[in-house]
Amino acid sequence: MSKSYLHQRTLAATVAVCAIVLFWPIAAWAHVGPGEAGGFVTGLLHPISGLDHVLAMVAVGLWGAQLRMPAIWVLPVAFPLVMALGGLLGLLGIPLPGVEVGIAVSAIVLGIMVLGAVKPPLWVALVLVSVFAIFHGHAHGTELPAGQSGLEYSLGFVIATGLLHACGIAIGLINHWRTGAVMLRAVGAAVAMGGVYFLAGAVG
Amino acid sequence: MRQGALLVPLVLLVLPPAAQAHLVTSGLGPFYDGALHLLLSPDELLGLLALALLAGLRGTAAARAALIALPIAWLVGGTIGLTLQATPDLAWVSVASFMLVGMLVVVDARLAPVVVAALAGVYGGLHGLLSGSTLATLDAGVPSLLGIVLAALLLVLLASAALVPLQAFWTRIAIRVAGSWVVAVGLLMLGWLAQSAA
Repeated sequence: MSKSYLHQRTLAATVAVCAIVLFWPIAAWAHVGPGEAGGFVTGLLHPISGLDHVLAMVAVGLWGAQLRMPAIWVLPVAFPLVMALGGLLGLLGIPLPGVEVGIAVSAIVLGIMVLGAVKPPLWVALVLVSVFAIFHGHAHGTELPAGQSGLEYSLGFVIATGLLHACGIAIGLINHWRTGAVMLRAVGAAVAMGGVYFLAGAVG
Repeated sequence: MRQGALLVPLVLLVLPPAAQAHLVTSGLGPFYDGALHLLLSPDELLGLLALALLAGLRGTAAARAALIALPIAWLVGGTIGLTLQATPDLAWVSVASFMLVGMLVVVDARLAPVVVAALAGVYGGLHGLLSGSTLATLDAGVPSLLGIVLAALLLVLLASAALVPLQAFWTRIAIRVAGSWVVAVGLLMLGWLAQSAA
């Protein structure tokens, strides 16, 4: 099986997974347990509803694709785990100062990493991504609307986060072409600029 | 085909949430009410998904062993549970159980089939106990328990059968990523439980 064929199939699978989640019939949940369906949808939409979250999550995938093996899968595995740990801290009432600033900075730093095609040792990338994941998790973990199921909410936002990483990885596959690699770095610059915008909003 | 098979665990994850306080009425009798009860319980589905991921990752022998141990243990635990007066508060243990299985998937633990079967047995026994005691409080009986057990068996059978043939590197990574999602949800569940206990 050729590499390009494998990439095409990976891309097709990722698009299919994203499409299933996007087009899942939300109306079908309208008559199930009170609040619980809302919990899942709220969780699913939470990471997507904030562009600062989206930028950082996609950037993790982009950077992973740039770093190639094994970072391409280690980072997206580590991120949800550490993010959940951040959520756990939030749920336990342990405050984390500067959550919004941390999220904005994560987009800036990850964007710069992609822009510069920076390739540090795996453990450095892992630590960097994990530190930012704590901020994202803390924000998610403390924002469950009253009356909704914690399990459904958690499921929703973990799935959404994973799919955003998958989208980042799928986009990052363009790194295999010379023009694509340049475009990928341009996307990194856009992510970093977006982060600067959100940082200005967080501190302003 | 293989990528299509990867969608099975995802579909399991996005199934509609659970109903509470009473068994969902399927209109087809207590057996199907029990089966539907399981299908509408996301926490149960999450654990079964984790088991299927582990069994699928470890291969045919492990999957077969798990498929034998799980329903037997679930049935035994459920029968004991039906005799209980109240549902034991095992929410923490339940979450810890699927987190453990999920973590074994994440690290791709090289477990012997007998160990996978033992894990499936412990998981089945624990959740059987919870199912049985819940059914007892809802005035439901053995037919509903059988429906739950059969639904659990079929879910793990179908999911693990879809996963076992996936030997390509990427597909195995995808399974491990799904395992990390299970652990992440478990971590958050610990937080929700702590919050509701406080």
